[in-house]
Amino acid sequence: MYRYDDIDREMLADRAAEFRQQCVRRLAGEITEDQFKPLRLMNGLYLQLHAYMLRIAIPYGALNSVQLRKLADIAREYDRGYGHFTTRTNLQLHWIKLKDAPDILDELATVGLHAIQTSGNCIRNLTADPYAGATADEVDDPRIWAEVIRQWSTFHPEFSFLPRKFKIAVTGSPKDRAAIRVYDIGLRLHRDGEGALSFEVIVGGGQGRAPHIGAVIRERLPVRRLLSYMQAILRVYNRHGRRDNPNKARIKILVASLGAEEFARQVEEEWSLTDKEAVDLPDTELARIRAGFAPTGFEALPPVSAAYEKAKASSAAFARFARHNVVAHKQPGYALVHVSLKAIGETPGDCSADQMELVADLAERYSLDEARVTYEQNLLLPHVKLDDVPAVHEALAAAGLATPNIALISDIIACPGLDYCALANARAIPIAQDIARRFADPVLAETIGELKIKISGCINACGHHHVGHIGILGVDKKGEEFYQLTLGGSADDDAAIGQVLGPALPADRVTSAIDHLVEVYLRERRQGERFLDTFRRAGLGVFKEAVYAEAH
Amino acid sequence: MPKLIRWQSGVAAWAEDPFTAVDDDQSLPRGEVIVSLARFQREGRDLLAGGRGLGVRLESDDAPEALILDLPQLEVVALTFPKYRDGRAYSAARVLRERLGFRGELRAVGDVLLEMGHLLVRCGFDTVEPADDTTPEQWTRVARRYRHVYQRAADGREPAFAERVRV
Repeated sequence: MYRYDDIDREMLADRAAEFRQQCVRRLAGEITEDQFKPLRLMNGLYLQLHAYMLRIAIPYGALNSVQLRKLADIAREYDRGYGHFTTRTNLQLHWIKLKDAPDILDELATVGLHAIQTSGNCIRNLTADPYAGATADEVDDPRIWAEVIRQWSTFHPEFSFLPRKFKIAVTGSPKDRAAIRVYDIGLRLHRDGEGALSFEVIVGGGQGRAPHIGAVIRERLPVRRLLSYMQAILRVYNRHGRRDNPNKARIKILVASLGAEEFARQVEEEWSLTDKEAVDLPDTELARIRAGFAPTGFEALPPVSAAYEKAKASSAAFARFARHNVVAHKQPGYALVHVSLKAIGETPGDCSADQMELVADLAERYSLDEARVTYEQNLLLPHVKLDDVPAVHEALAAAGLATPNIALISDIIACPGLDYCALANARAIPIAQDIARRFADPVLAETIGELKIKISGCINACGHHHVGHIGILGVDKKGEEFYQLTLGGSADDDAAIGQVLGPALPADRVTSAIDHLVEVYLRERRQGERFLDTFRRAGLGVFKEAVYAEAH
Repeated sequence: MPKLIRWQSGVAAWAEDPFTAVDDDQSLPRGEVIVSLARFQREGRDLLAGGRGLGVRLESDDAPEALILDLPQLEVVALTFPKYRDGRAYSAARVLRERLGFRGELRAVGDVLLEMGHLLVRCGFDTVEPADDTTPEQWTRVARRYRHVYQRAADGREPAFAERVRV
C-alpha cells in the first residue's frame, strides 16, 4: 500500500502543530467557542450531546496493521475503549476531551493518519471500493486515483469554503460497491479495447433531505485529465452553487436546477479554458503513486484449497461463514474475508480496541498487512489465503467478529442517532439491535437472503436510509420518536431512492413491521428473487397492506 | 479607515492605503477610489479619463470576467467576502490572476479573518483588510503555515509533485 513520503508526513505534522496552537489559544480563553468552532471542525472535532467527537479519516477505507493498532491505542487511552466505523469509512471516537485532541492528532500523524477534512464545507475524505486490488472484475485499482484526489484536495486553496460539504467515491469495477451514484461526484474506471483508461464521471447524487441519483456528465474522461476536470466541476459549483440556504447548497441541487446537460456544458466550458498541464499530475507522479499500490507478496497457489474445503465439509457454521463472509479473490488460492461489525445485539459499526487489535494482528499475519473499512460499516481482510481462512474464522469468532451475516437482514447500517448526535430526531442503534435480535437465527437470515436495512436518526441520512432495501428514518412527532419506512432503495448498480411505505410508526412497532414485510416477501417471492426484486415486481401495495392492516 | 496589510516577498506589513472605498450613492472624493462594478460600468470611462488611480470592488456574485477588457487600467480589484464561509472570491481571484492575467493589487475585503491567510495568498491576493485585530506578524506566519502544498495555484509555489521530481 502507498506509504506517505517525507512531504506527506510533514503536511500532517504541520497541521497537527497548527491545531495544537489553536487549542492552546482556546483553552487559554484567547478565542471564543464561536471563533474556535470552524477551526476544530476543520480537524474533525465536533461538539456532540455529551462530549467532543473526533472523526478520524481513513482515506479510501484502507489501513495497515500499524495504523489499526494505533486507532486501538487511541480508543483505549483517550476514549472508552471503542470506536464507531461510519458509512464514510471514517472512525468516530465519541468521548473525547478537548485537551487531548492535539495529542491524538500527533499520534495519528506518526502513522500517516489524520482528521483533515472530515468536516466543513470542503472536499471530504475519499471513499473507494473496499475490494480494490483484490477483485477480478476491476479494470484498475481505484485507490491509486483516490490517493491522487486526496493529495490534490488537501488544503485546497480554492475549494475549502464551498457552498456545502463535498464527497467523492471511486470504483474500478463495473459492479458498484462504493455507492458512486449517491455521491457528489462518483467516478468509475473504464478500460477501452486498446487498454486506455478513462473515468465515467457521475455528478449530483446524494442523500439527505433531497435524495438524488447522480447523472453521468462525461462518459469517458482520460485518466490523466482527472484533476483538471475535477477543478472545473468544483469551480462551477463553488461559483454557482446556492449559498442562501444550507438545505439547498449541495451540488445535487445545482445539477438538478440547471439540468445535467447544462451543468455538463458549463463544466466543459470551464475545462476548455483551464491550463490542464498546470493542474494535472505529470505521468511520473502518477506512476509513483501507482507503484505504491502495486500488488506484492502474493504466492502462487492452486485455486482450490483442501484445508478450506475440508473445513466447510466438517462444520456447518464455517460453511455458513464461507457462504456469506468469504468472497473470491482475483489471485488463485486467496479470498476476501468480511469481518462483521454487526454481531447480534451490538451497535452496528462499533469496534472495541481489543477487536481492532485482533483484526490488525490477523491483517499482519494473514492478509499482507492490509485491512479495509467498508461503507456498510464492516471491516474486511482483503488478501487471505484460502488455506488460512479457517484459522482467521476461528480467531474472529472468538472475538465476536464472525457473524455470518454480510448483506443479510442483520447486517444493518445505522448512524449513531440520538444516543450521540446533536442533530438526530430519534435513536437508530436500539432499533437496529432489536431487528437484529428478531432475525438472529442464521438459518432464517439465510432463508431471507440479501436484504439491506439502513437506519438514519434524522433526514441528514448518515445511515443511508434512502437507499436501503428497507430504509428507516427517525422523525420527531411532538417530542416522540417515530420511524418512517421506505422500500425499494438501492445504493448499488441498480441505484434507486426508496418509496415511503406509509405513516411513521412508533418505535415498538418497527420490528413487527419488518416482520410483516419479510413475511410478504417470503410469500410472494419467485425463484431467485431478492427482497428488492420482489418489491420491484409486486409493488408497494401488498407490503403496505401487511404493515398497516392491524391499524384498521 | 480600515487598515491595510500587504504581502511582499512572503512578508506581511502595514501599508498606506491611497484608495477610498466609495459606495454607489456616495459622491466621489478626490484621489484614488474603489467603486462597485455597477458604478464602474456606468462611470468608469470618465473616472479613468480623469487620470486618477481606480479600483473595482466585486461582490461575491459578480463575475470577474466582467472586467476582462478593463483589467490593465485597474490598479486594484477588491474581492468581497460577505461572510468568511463564502468562498466564491477564491475562485474569482484565481480566474483574475491565472486566466485573465491581472497583475495589479488583489485585495480581500469584508469578513476577512486570520485563518484565511493561507488560502488568500495561494489564490493570488496580495493585500487584505482584516476584520479582526490581527497583526502583520500573524498574517506572515499563517500564510507560511505549511512547508509544502499539493496543488499549483496563483502564488507560484512549487507543488509537492514538482518537489518530488527535484529532490
